[in-house]
Amino acid sequence: MHRPTRLKDAQAEESQFQLRLVIAYGFMVLMLLTLAARFIWLQVMQYEHFATLAQNNSISLVPVQPNRGLIMDRNGVVLAQNHAAYTLEITPAKMDDMEATIKALGGLVEITPRDDRRFRKFLAESKEFEPVPLKLKLSEEEAARIAANAWRFPGVEVKARLFRDYPYKELTSHVLGYIGRINQRDQQKLEEDDKLANYRGATHIGKLGLEAVYEAELHGTNGFEEVETDAGGRAVRSLRRTPPIHGNNLKLALDIRLQEVADKLFGQRRGALVAIDPQTGGVLAFVSKPGFDPNLFIDGIDSATWKSLNEDWQKPLVNRAVRGLYPPGSTFKPFMAMAALQSGAIGPYDLRPAPGYFTLPGSSHQFRDSNPRGNGMVNIGKAIAVSSDTFFYRVAWDMGIDRIHPLVGQFGLGQKTGIDLDGEASGVLPSKEWKEKRFARFKPEVRRWYPADVVSVGIGQGFNAYTPLQMANATAILAADGKVFKPHLVQEITQAGNGKVRLVEPRPVRTLAFRPELYGHVKDGMVAVMRPGGTAARLAAGLTYTMAGKTGTAQVVQIKQGAKYNAAALAEQYRDHSWFIAFAPVEAPRIAIAVIVENAGFGAASAAPIARAVSDFALTGKVPAELQGKLITMPQPAQAGDKQDASAAR
Amino acid sequence: MQAPLAKRIWDAIAAPFDGWLMVFLAGIFVMSMLVLFSASNQSWHKIDNKLIYTVMALAIMWVMANARPQTVMNFAPPLYAAGVLMLVGVELFGITVNGSTRWLNLGIVRIQPSEIMKTALPMMVAWYFQKYESTLNWRHYLFAVLLIVIPGVLVLKQPDLGTATLIMGAGFFVLFFAGLSWKIIIGGLVAFLASLPVVWNMMHDYQRRRVLTLIDPMQDPLGDGYHIIQSMIAIGSGGPWGKGWLNGSQTHLDYIPERTTDFIFAVYSEEFGLAGNLLLLALYLGVITRGMLITARAQTLYGRLLAGAITLSFFVYVFVNMGMVAGILPVVGVPLPFMSYGGTATVSLAVALGMLMSIGNTKR
Repeated sequence: MHRPTRLKDAQAEESQFQLRLVIAYGFMVLMLLTLAARFIWLQVMQYEHFATLAQNNSISLVPVQPNRGLIMDRNGVVLAQNHAAYTLEITPAKMDDMEATIKALGGLVEITPRDDRRFRKFLAESKEFEPVPLKLKLSEEEAARIAANAWRFPGVEVKARLFRDYPYKELTSHVLGYIGRINQRDQQKLEEDDKLANYRGATHIGKLGLEAVYEAELHGTNGFEEVETDAGGRAVRSLRRTPPIHGNNLKLALDIRLQEVADKLFGQRRGALVAIDPQTGGVLAFVSKPGFDPNLFIDGIDSATWKSLNEDWQKPLVNRAVRGLYPPGSTFKPFMAMAALQSGAIGPYDLRPAPGYFTLPGSSHQFRDSNPRGNGMVNIGKAIAVSSDTFFYRVAWDMGIDRIHPLVGQFGLGQKTGIDLDGEASGVLPSKEWKEKRFARFKPEVRRWYPADVVSVGIGQGFNAYTPLQMANATAILAADGKVFKPHLVQEITQAGNGKVRLVEPRPVRTLAFRPELYGHVKDGMVAVMRPGGTAARLAAGLTYTMAGKTGTAQVVQIKQGAKYNAAALAEQYRDHSWFIAFAPVEAPRIAIAVIVENAGFGAASAAPIARAVSDFALTGKVPAELQGKLITMPQPAQAGDKQDASAAR
Repeated sequence: MQAPLAKRIWDAIAAPFDGWLMVFLAGIFVMSMLVLFSASNQSWHKIDNKLIYTVMALAIMWVMANARPQTVMNFAPPLYAAGVLMLVGVELFGITVNGSTRWLNLGIVRIQPSEIMKTALPMMVAWYFQKYESTLNWRHYLFAVLLIVIPGVLVLKQPDLGTATLIMGAGFFVLFFAGLSWKIIIGGLVAFLASLPVVWNMMHDYQRRRVLTLIDPMQDPLGDGYHIIQSMIAIGSGGPWGKGWLNGSQTHLDYIPERTTDFIFAVYSEEFGLAGNLLLLALYLGVITRGMLITARAQTLYGRLLAGAITLSFFVYVFVNMGMVAGILPVVGVPLPFMSYGGTATVSLAVALGMLMSIGNTKR
């Protein structure tokens, strides 16, 4: 490049630079004029508007909490309620010396170490400007004492709050669940669901059970109150109020009296019971033992109590009814029988030998019968009544797993029932694909389905594993001749605003494709279970209605070939589980029950008496003799023959 | 005749300072002391601190104004390199406050490298263009973009969208004065606008809600919109003449958030009204005008690029802060130059303005 051009370039560059300077300056002046225009708009044209706002600005908008909806049983007995009490709350942002304040407050009301620990925990989880409760449920006198000294403690408030209360404690723990303080995770979830605005000022949220599942119904909608405040932000008077819309009330299908009867019948034993109305799918009783006191969780459980609950070997926090997976044992046989009849593997009147043991062709392995002498020649009804294992071994062997799986699966076994609770387990109805998937990381020998695998599936052992809820649901479907309902705890939702009631429709989801006459054959077998010669004949004494049932015993440990099961010799945790399924009355079933008592041995011994007593109470109102006078839901000692409301389960 | 000693000392002190700039800054300073006293509920402690910051700022400004731009210029590459290294350090083991990692603990002091970058980046880009002045071609622009984007992205990841925008903005101003083609500027602007719908589609629902709250704060009057509504009420209710010093009800009833720092302008506006606002705007416009004049007269390419970038950045701080407080821009943490209470911002502004003065002092 030679010089003249270079010079010209420099000149051009110079003038280009100056042009850009002018443009930049012009831009800046324009933008500052925009700001000036904005100020004129705000301060001259909108002055009146903002001046009024500022004048009212001692007015602040305060969210008004809706009352959480109540939960009632089918007869209107309140299971979850709210009651008002005073709390002592501290706003950290307004504190100069938190420790000194707490110490001074300690001179006015007693602050226990437990209060203090809980306060520290909440403090760590809360934002600076959110009030944190130091002491809950103050007495009137304590509240008055603090109020009189309020001037000494800026940032300390006594507030009237509603507390959630579960009066039936352990009885309802696995049904209702509980609410608890809103934590970071809840906060995040609310934000993602776009619900944060409605939770402004709220402290609690449903964490478990119906309280969590129906959170949207129960919580309600925030109201707002315009409050005139003084310079310190204290409310002086209320100016205008948009009332909150309270949460909707839930009415359950559950009968709390039936629930208590069922619960108390377990005594100290572990297990679960689910009772369903086969005509609606409504859950009449839902027990998982042991339970826990949900009230402990509402305002933060202390770590010692939490630890003892969580580490208890009896696992009180586990909802056995929806999460416990047990092999069904012989309670599987009625469903197996339906499958066998439908598939044509056996006719309803066909006789088959039921010897003391069953062997496969070319094998010496003995599949034993619970009756070592065998039961001679039996048809399918008799096989159910006496619970013949060898009969069902043979039927299963003849059918093969590929025919069993889809037919038994019709009863919802091995699938979630869709009940209105979280955390339901699916269970296992074995199939070839299932085994392949379950043992995918094992050697092919382990993954492969062996023909012999089907034999123990036929009597409800082997890989079978179901929840008590699934068994109750399957029993209800059988009782209703194949009409399938989705089991549900909540039956009605009452709109708080207008009192409108929404019903959970008692309409069948579908009807199974079994030949209709087959139900009768299987039910006859289950009726025979409770007749002389049946496995639960003893249980039928004094029945004033008809009842069909099936006993079951679920092996917890495998018994060696040739050895004998000896309950006394086994540690309690390794004893068999006791099962019973039943429905009544047989002609028009109103209740279907599944009971499991853990480590309690033979089905007729422990589970069946519970089912009988529950069914008695539901259908006739008869309170079991051993519970008379001991039921909190029925405080008056019930007289023998004094029939309780016979519509308990209707 | 020998001038009196006092006068000679005064001259020595006053010589490097730019007279016009000092007049405008003095005006801003007076207003800032008044409003801080009111905003802090008459806290002498804050006034004392502000005086200390101001003295420190003056000292640093004096030093910077005395130094020759050619000397200071040579510090640009090591300063920039150190800044980038420290930003990487923040990324690896920075201190996290309120969910974003901005601070680096150097044993004795905690520093915020992004603050240093606000000045170091335009210095570096200006130095780079100066160095290759005679051979400039498009590759140099590309490399300059890289110089801007690297620290920009590091700050963005902290995450600190506000500061990242300011830093990259400062770098871009240098590019602009260095003659970046209009086609590219307009093309980039169009591309940015075109990408907005795509970004909108990629956002989560709650992020969208935040954007919407920004546009219409009334959507969440108790939440995100609260501050901005209260601050607009403060400005609007100030009216043409203001409520008078120490008489702002919004301020003294605690309705204005961050009222000594980011939102101090709302306090000022409430008490001094439109008249006060226009006065303050005029003072800032004075600083900007003087800055532009210094830019126009600057001798070297480095000088004009840096002076231009400093002036434009100064304008951006003013505009973004006031715009945010007046509810026309999103709430980002940008302090109002020399008004907001805070040592770091005051000192780093003093460094920048000192350099601007030294560029102005280098005569033809």
